[in-house]
Amino acid sequence: MHITLNGSPRDCAPATTVAQLLEDAGYGQRRVAVEVNQEIVPRSLHASHSLADGDHVEIVHAIGGG
Amino acid sequence: MNIKTLDASDPLIIAGKSYGSRLLTGTGKYKDFDETRRASQAAGAEIVTVAIRRVNLGQDASQPNLLDALPPEEFTLLPNTAGCYNAVDAVRTCKLARELLDGHKLVKLEVLGDQRTLFPDVVETLKAAETLVADGFDVMVYTSDDPILAKRLEEIGCVAVMPLAAPIGSGLGIQNRYNLLEIIENAKVPIIVDAGVGTASDAAIAMELGCDGVLMNTAIAGAKDPVLMAHAMKLAIQAGRAAFKAGRIPRKRFASASSPIDGTIG
Repeated sequence: MHITLNGSPRDCAPATTVAQLLEDAGYGQRRVAVEVNQEIVPRSLHASHSLADGDHVEIVHAIGGG
Repeated sequence: MNIKTLDASDPLIIAGKSYGSRLLTGTGKYKDFDETRRASQAAGAEIVTVAIRRVNLGQDASQPNLLDALPPEEFTLLPNTAGCYNAVDAVRTCKLARELLDGHKLVKLEVLGDQRTLFPDVVETLKAAETLVADGFDVMVYTSDDPILAKRLEEIGCVAVMPLAAPIGSGLGIQNRYNLLEIIENAKVPIIVDAGVGTASDAAIAMELGCDGVLMNTAIAGAKDPVLMAHAMKLAIQAGRAAFKAGRIPRKRFASASSPIDGTIG
């Protein structure tokens, strides 16, 4: 299936969970926050939240800023 | 006034939490995380701002993280909405920050109007502030130095109002001290000058006017020696606060001799 991850198209297996996506992207153990279709997916639900075709996913972290 | 305990006996209170330092610092524009950490420490900052951004997919995810250099146990992190040009994006960013930082409620709201001036879009700022306060956030809000607007933001429920002294990153210093004075005198929440400070005397002026604190980034990070400038800013904030508390003499047009006139010879 196709999703949009941080603004770019990405293919992933059907019913991929947020946790699997983070693992695949290399952010499994990192402090990040995830939004799917403009709704926060809390960390406690990463393992159970399955993505659907066409989902828009954002993975963000904290960087330097003023 | 016991001089040694001035900071401790005169805390800055934001959303019910006391801070000994009245200097808040940004974490952008530093050479590396080590310099960010050393400058933040030299500033004595307890509250440091961070930005929320997409992770760089494709880059090594095991790269050092800002939060390793500035652990939330040591600093109060103040996630900002820098780069947001409308209320919707600003609210989304704050929700992401709250999730990222495990329910942390304190945020710096800034909604910018355009890329040239980086002036706040006050209409969108008001909208976002209302939504965030209703959602339980403790909102420290960046705004223009308009006294009426500052009051509105306080009435909405923002926990601190942060007028600019001059455009972000400009280093022009305090451009309208009479507006700032008006804002300060009418406020029931902390007023923190955010943006525009260039050097230590600017920070001291803000504090002498009665500001509760100053938030700065570029003035420190952009200095030739950021750690030394952070130290200078810390001293300026302390000096300005002490001078404000001490109460300056009135300005007079004519001289007033410091030595007694009686008993002079001749």
